[in-house]
Amino acid sequence: MSVFKFPESIRSRPVYGILEPRPGRSHLMIADCEGAEAILDLAAQASDLMANTHIIFIPNGTLFGPKLQELNPAQYYEGPSFAAALSRIQRVLSDAVMGLQIYLTGTEGMMGQAQNEAMQAGYDYTAIQTEHRGSVARRMQCVHCKGITEDVIIDPFECSHCGLNLFVRDHYSRRIAAFQGVCIDAEDPGNVPASVELYS
Amino acid sequence: MTIQFNDETFRDDYSFSNSQRAKDRFPFPFHEDSYMYSINMEQHQGGPADSIYEKRFDVDEHYIAEMRDRALVLADDPLRCQSLPHMTLAGWDLLELIMISKSEDYPELFELHRDGSKWHWINKPMGIEDHFVFMDETTLPYGPMEYITRQTQGDFCVLDQREDNLWMDAGMVTTQADWSLDFDIGMNFFEWHAPVPLAHEKGIFKRALKFLLSIQQGAPARRLNWTMTVNPLLDTSPENYHKWGVQKNSLTPENLGSKQHLRVELQTFFRLPRSNGLVFPIRCYLMSFQDIMSKPKWGRRLHRVVRDLPEELATYKGFIDKRPMMLDFLAQYDDGLPTSFGVWPDDHSEPSLQK
Repeated sequence: MSVFKFPESIRSRPVYGILEPRPGRSHLMIADCEGAEAILDLAAQASDLMANTHIIFIPNGTLFGPKLQELNPAQYYEGPSFAAALSRIQRVLSDAVMGLQIYLTGTEGMMGQAQNEAMQAGYDYTAIQTEHRGSVARRMQCVHCKGITEDVIIDPFECSHCGLNLFVRDHYSRRIAAFQGVCIDAEDPGNVPASVELYS
Repeated sequence: MTIQFNDETFRDDYSFSNSQRAKDRFPFPFHEDSYMYSINMEQHQGGPADSIYEKRFDVDEHYIAEMRDRALVLADDPLRCQSLPHMTLAGWDLLELIMISKSEDYPELFELHRDGSKWHWINKPMGIEDHFVFMDETTLPYGPMEYITRQTQGDFCVLDQREDNLWMDAGMVTTQADWSLDFDIGMNFFEWHAPVPLAHEKGIFKRALKFLLSIQQGAPARRLNWTMTVNPLLDTSPENYHKWGVQKNSLTPENLGSKQHLRVELQTFFRLPRSNGLVFPIRCYLMSFQDIMSKPKWGRRLHRVVRDLPEELATYKGFIDKRPMMLDFLAQYDDGLPTSFGVWPDDHSEPSLQK
């Protein structure tokens, strides 16, 4: 099941939509994992987009690559990780001209980081389409050591850098592309509740 | 008047204390015997003589010690002061506002001499004297916002105004009530207030934003906010929460009166002339419960406010667990007599404690 409806939350928490074809001179679609299915859905609505589309896909173990390639996008790239794809994304954004449409889909962590790159390249975040698919794991920043822990699926969790026990907040920074993790046992060290899976 | 600056600390041995004058002018934030969020704005055009409202930027006995504490925080974590690249002009606006205000309001402490863009600034309490070229960053040891806010009490949020919103795009934040500039920088008004409970639903932030967007040059506004802090700790940052959080558990019925502090923020809002930004200074005043109890009216009222505060607010303000212990202490100072309206202590008209 790749579609998850997030419950209503606080105002800093990102909300996602459903990708829709928009007129544009060119189209940049960045997806990871089940985000590929959102691109397949989009292409089913508007197959003519693909002639001017650059797909950047991070499969992360999923097998959607061949299906995306069958869409015959103008350019197609598969990367082993977001970090590996990053320099290509930056290059595409720096070469872009007026009329580029940006579509991001997949996990929150990937979309947040890609959105941040587009913002740094001068795109207004409200003009970038996003659609969540797949895992609800989060990219978390430890407010104490500032370290990022990727793919956090339990709350509380242990910071992968400083080892503090952090609870998962909904407070989100676009600039850091991460949710905030705050020490859960600061007032009573060692008193850490059992972890539960997010949205379980 | 001449201010005697305290040699005191806001960490380790916590030698901070309030003189009688500081107690008399403490901005007790409750105008009635209960509390709920409100926008509670008023003009910031002076106030009663010697009150904290009298000057545009209040300088008090804690000035030198607070600036020393800020320098320690910044040495440990330079990210407490940040300015996005488009905010430098607003930083110059802020430097100008503070230098002019302080040199006019406290001529015995601060001097500003201007000859075109050649400026000469003298800060006597801190022993600082600099010649620089206004709007030329290379002539100051720090960026303009950092330079002047290392010499001014209170945190400073410098907000950009665009798209009918305010954006937290620069700030000097070392005495914060548990929020992170490093995390929140770049957020808009609704986003950085996102974690605050109840107030969104009450439409508080929508109305506050409307008010703030229309603040004009020369017409600053102010309001009070408050929270609770154990020990007179200025740096109650989320960054260091894993270090200071445990102090909350050091409260005992015996030490609560001296350790538990009411933390009051005087928030002011000034339009900045060149950038059309808004500066939002957040000035922190701390007073121990036992010092507050020296004002009978405040003693009665604090008990009633803490007792009746909605659970969500006591949780958000971080003292829900200690509320019963606080109430045991505060109840001793509440004899049930009525209190006069307004924030002032009314020392001469309010009856002393009747028990």
